[in-house]
Amino acid sequence: MGVGERLKPPPPSAVGALRHRVGGVLYRAPLLRLALLLGPVVLWMVVIYLGSLALLFITSFWSQDSVTGAIVQNWGLTNYQFLLQEDVYRTIAIRTVGIAIAVTLTDVALAIPIAYYAARIARPRLRTFLLLSMVLPLWSSYLVRVYAWRTILSGDGVLNWTLHQIHLGSVNLGFSRWSLWIVFSYLWLPYVTLPVYAALERIPNSLIEASTDLGARWLTTFRRVILPIAIPGIVAGSIFAFSLTIGDYIAPDLVGDTEFIGNVIYQSVGIANNIPFAAAYAIVPALVMAIYLLIARQLKAFEAL
Amino acid sequence: MSLDRAIEPRGVQIGMRLLSGLVLAFLYIPLFVIVLYAFNPARSQSWPLPGLSLRWFVSTWNNQEVRTAFVTSIKAGLGATTIALLLGSLAAFSVHRFKFFGREAVSFILILPLALPGIVTGMALNSTINLGGQLIGLSFSLWTIIIGHATFCVVVVYNNVIARLRRTSTSLVEASYDLGADGIQTFRYVVLPSIRTALMAGGLLAFALSFDEIIVTNFTSGSEITLPKWIFNNLRLPNQRPVVNVVASILLVASLVPVYLAQRLTQDRAGGLLTTGRGAMLSATEDAFERPATP
Repeated sequence: MGVGERLKPPPPSAVGALRHRVGGVLYRAPLLRLALLLGPVVLWMVVIYLGSLALLFITSFWSQDSVTGAIVQNWGLTNYQFLLQEDVYRTIAIRTVGIAIAVTLTDVALAIPIAYYAARIARPRLRTFLLLSMVLPLWSSYLVRVYAWRTILSGDGVLNWTLHQIHLGSVNLGFSRWSLWIVFSYLWLPYVTLPVYAALERIPNSLIEASTDLGARWLTTFRRVILPIAIPGIVAGSIFAFSLTIGDYIAPDLVGDTEFIGNVIYQSVGIANNIPFAAAYAIVPALVMAIYLLIARQLKAFEAL
Repeated sequence: MSLDRAIEPRGVQIGMRLLSGLVLAFLYIPLFVIVLYAFNPARSQSWPLPGLSLRWFVSTWNNQEVRTAFVTSIKAGLGATTIALLLGSLAAFSVHRFKFFGREAVSFILILPLALPGIVTGMALNSTINLGGQLIGLSFSLWTIIIGHATFCVVVVYNNVIARLRRTSTSLVEASYDLGADGIQTFRYVVLPSIRTALMAGGLLAFALSFDEIIVTNFTSGSEITLPKWIFNNLRLPNQRPVVNVVASILLVASLVPVYLAQRLTQDRAGGLLTTGRGAMLSATEDAFERPATP
């Protein structure tokens, strides 16, 4: 039996022949192959997702009929004018961004020691354990984590019991900005830890040794050598903490006493059913995020992601 | 790097170790507390618990609302996972095998639904469904939940599959063609077996993501109640609290089992979770910058 015989096409059943023909056409036309592979994804993401985002923008210029509650597709800036006129919406936006900044800074402060320890000090086995422990909460239910804190912080919860046991009196954190700050910092910490870890792990020992040899104490080395190199990683991590905080409405609802941008949007959709107004207000976090991402790019954060 | 060989001064090492311990405690104590609460025999939420009991597990099992919500969540998760598996692996194949205009944009678009504030994604889908309702009679249903979930689950599958494809040598595919197999046979007997576990891992993680989602779901579900939505609606009612505690604990454990299985399937250690998990958010952008040699 010659080599040529083995290379013959498979036995000629009708299905087999068709399959062979289709396979051949696809093999000879890589562009067609690409179109078939990529087409469905592009259709889904562009039509459904990017299309929705575009529609969100368009809807924000429409208005609502005050009598029937129906959406009137008249172009206008009424929603935006209303947002600018009413102080309450500006206050809520500033509050949302303010808390997001506080949360981001807190998470960076908490992430650095554990990421540093895992990346530079811990032995390999301990490092694996630490990494896993840092990642796992990302996957545990978001809502349950908020709910857990609601239980812990409530007047007769774990926190006050513990404080009472060590004779520190009690605090009423149950529904306040403080509890919101704690819960958000808790929720997004893993997102910050990972990029910071990656950034710290990449720093060669020789740089730190050189700094020490030149007489710098550890704190100086940390401030002048390690931190500047880690900045892109830190900013990369902060993107998530910031974005997730300004986009949230569940935690403010469950453990806070104040409204976030998200709460206003959620209520405008659910209760008032004023979708154009909600859409206009949703442009605010989108814009804030765009600005944040631009700054992050300036700080080379994307290279560190 | 051992503790002794690390170049940091002793004091710094001990300080960092202490702080790391505190951060870990901060991360895990709330999770343990909420699981304990599921076994709380009392209706009141006050701490310390008067004892431990399984009685609320029984009432949860018999709770019709919880059952319905559970089934809805399972259906939504299965639907979203199916779509995500299909679209995610197709996207991974195209980016891995072809060079084309906008190739770097693919992972960026896929990550966008997870990276943008949830309220923006939710609101965007909500306005679309509303307009769809006016134009073609679209209504909020299980299907709109599935479409929303699938949109942000695709990236999870994509990341898993593309990571595997990059680790799989292309010479296997070439060898298959050289031995006379056609494209479909090659896919069936060479490519599919090599990415099977990556698909399973991606599917499990996508399911976990869908099962737990609430921020976007609230905007796409209308009157359909998923399990997280049920918790959200009921946790303020004192009467429902014991059942909420049980459901919360189940949700917590249910969200960790797929992660554990996915971890086993991909046979990676912690590093693997970084690229497969919701850490997908962190790594997809990396793919956009890292351009492997194309055949």
